[in-house]
Amino acid sequence: MIDDFLMRAVLGGVLLALVCGPFGAFIVWRRMAFFGDMLSHSALLGVALGLLIGVDVRIGMIATCLAAALILAFGQRQSRIGNDTVLGMLAHSTLALGMVALAFVQGVAVDIMAYLFGDILAVTMGDIWLLAGGGTFAIAVLVWMWRPLLALTVSPEIAAAENIPVERLRLIFMLLMALVIGMAIKIVGVLLITALLIVPAASARFFARTPEQMAIGAGLFGAASVLAGIALSWHVDTPAGPSIVISAAGLFVLTAGLSPVFKRAG
Amino acid sequence: MTAPLIEGRDLILSFGSERVLDQVSISIRAGEIITLIGPNGAGKSTLVKTLLGLQKPDSGNVVRKSGLRIGYVPQKLAIDQVLPMTVKRFLTLTRSARRSECAHVLTEVGAAHVIDAQMGQLSGGETQRVMLARALLLRPNLLVLDEPTQGVDVSGQAELYRLIDNIRGELNCAVLMISHDLHLVMAKTNKVVCFNRHVCCSGQPETVRQHPEYRSLFGVREADAIGIYTHEHDHEHDLSGHVVGGCGHDHSHDHDGHHHHTHSNNYEHTTNAVAGADK
Repeated sequence: MIDDFLMRAVLGGVLLALVCGPFGAFIVWRRMAFFGDMLSHSALLGVALGLLIGVDVRIGMIATCLAAALILAFGQRQSRIGNDTVLGMLAHSTLALGMVALAFVQGVAVDIMAYLFGDILAVTMGDIWLLAGGGTFAIAVLVWMWRPLLALTVSPEIAAAENIPVERLRLIFMLLMALVIGMAIKIVGVLLITALLIVPAASARFFARTPEQMAIGAGLFGAASVLAGIALSWHVDTPAGPSIVISAAGLFVLTAGLSPVFKRAG
Repeated sequence: MTAPLIEGRDLILSFGSERVLDQVSISIRAGEIITLIGPNGAGKSTLVKTLLGLQKPDSGNVVRKSGLRIGYVPQKLAIDQVLPMTVKRFLTLTRSARRSECAHVLTEVGAAHVIDAQMGQLSGGETQRVMLARALLLRPNLLVLDEPTQGVDVSGQAELYRLIDNIRGELNCAVLMISHDLHLVMAKTNKVVCFNRHVCCSGQPETVRQHPEYRSLFGVREADAIGIYTHEHDHEHDLSGHVVGGCGHDHSHDHDGHHHHTHSNNYEHTTNAVAGADK
């Protein structure tokens, strides 16, 4: 029985980390860390809406993340209010809305901490199937648009000149991000998902010579962080989500320290 | 006349209250070499971005010939250090290519040795060459260059123009080049478009030089100081500026007319001083 929930935690966590790797790399390259933050904040509103309407909260979270991404994409079409301001407004107003909406949920004691910091030890087989299906889909689409999306990241001008549909790719990437973050909240929580996206990618930077190496490396560093975090939580009885993030940060410090050894990687 | 490769008709674009493109019409046909010149802030890059479809005009339209392949060399490309990228990987940014193909185009632009280097560690001149190599790999029918020699020293500039000319000859493509002055205009340019938010005048380099609008735009002194490189080198430079083979003192650049002594001296001086300093 004990082994069962541990196995599910490891399976779910490693799956999520492998999916987050390439997405995290793009978040780092495209300087979109704040975008990830905004999406995860909006997920809390999804929890509340799910409970109020009586829909599975996972569906609620994914749906509000997708909606927030669409609102953001729309908001970025104007230039009078800067992107960071639009992001900040969306992040905090959706978070506030979520908290207010949760106050209306009656009869159910909602464990807000579980959504803020994740509850990986409570991962169900249903969560894992959702993650496996959604994760495979997200990675498949990302692989399919890898080359044009990377070209767009290097230079939107070059991409546009060479007939790459810049706007469409940006939107698809944002929606995929929303899907991944919506799935991830259950495991690492609203406040820690951005860390799981960017910290392993930052660690992988020290070893990588090409974008592909960095994306795969980020997945592996993320998986290692999940394993180390769960082990830490198991042996020292620390909260699992934060332990995973601490492990990822520890790995980063270690790789940064070792980076002179890999100086040739530039 | 054949249909243009790309054509902008009556393009109008304003940023706020400032009109950047004022009823601009421009077309590029197969085989043409067009140099777009104008002072800083004239909206040259905006015009090119509009033609490429990156900037939507307020009114007017852009027509691309179907099947048009554009090779675009931007003004500057800052590949962020956060993104690891070898030169080989950069060459295959928008299309795949074997390593041997990459090595071949890099050799053509004289940058074979950087194939495994990181993009972020290249010098200005090397970056421009690598961008040319990438455009070459695409086999475009229109090559668009936005101030391709920015940040490259004078001897490197002449060499870059020679390279661009070679590439054009090999691909038989049209060229649209942006420049902020007429000091360096390709010898084979058949049309210079003088641009300052609208097309001031256009035609052969010599015609444009005499045009009153051009002279008022750049000032008479500046206008008289036009130099046109004909790229008749009696020696070649390798990437780092070293002279490859026979450097005589008979540098036979044809620096048209008035400013011959100043510019030419300057050039010789730079050539000698710069050896090995391209980094």
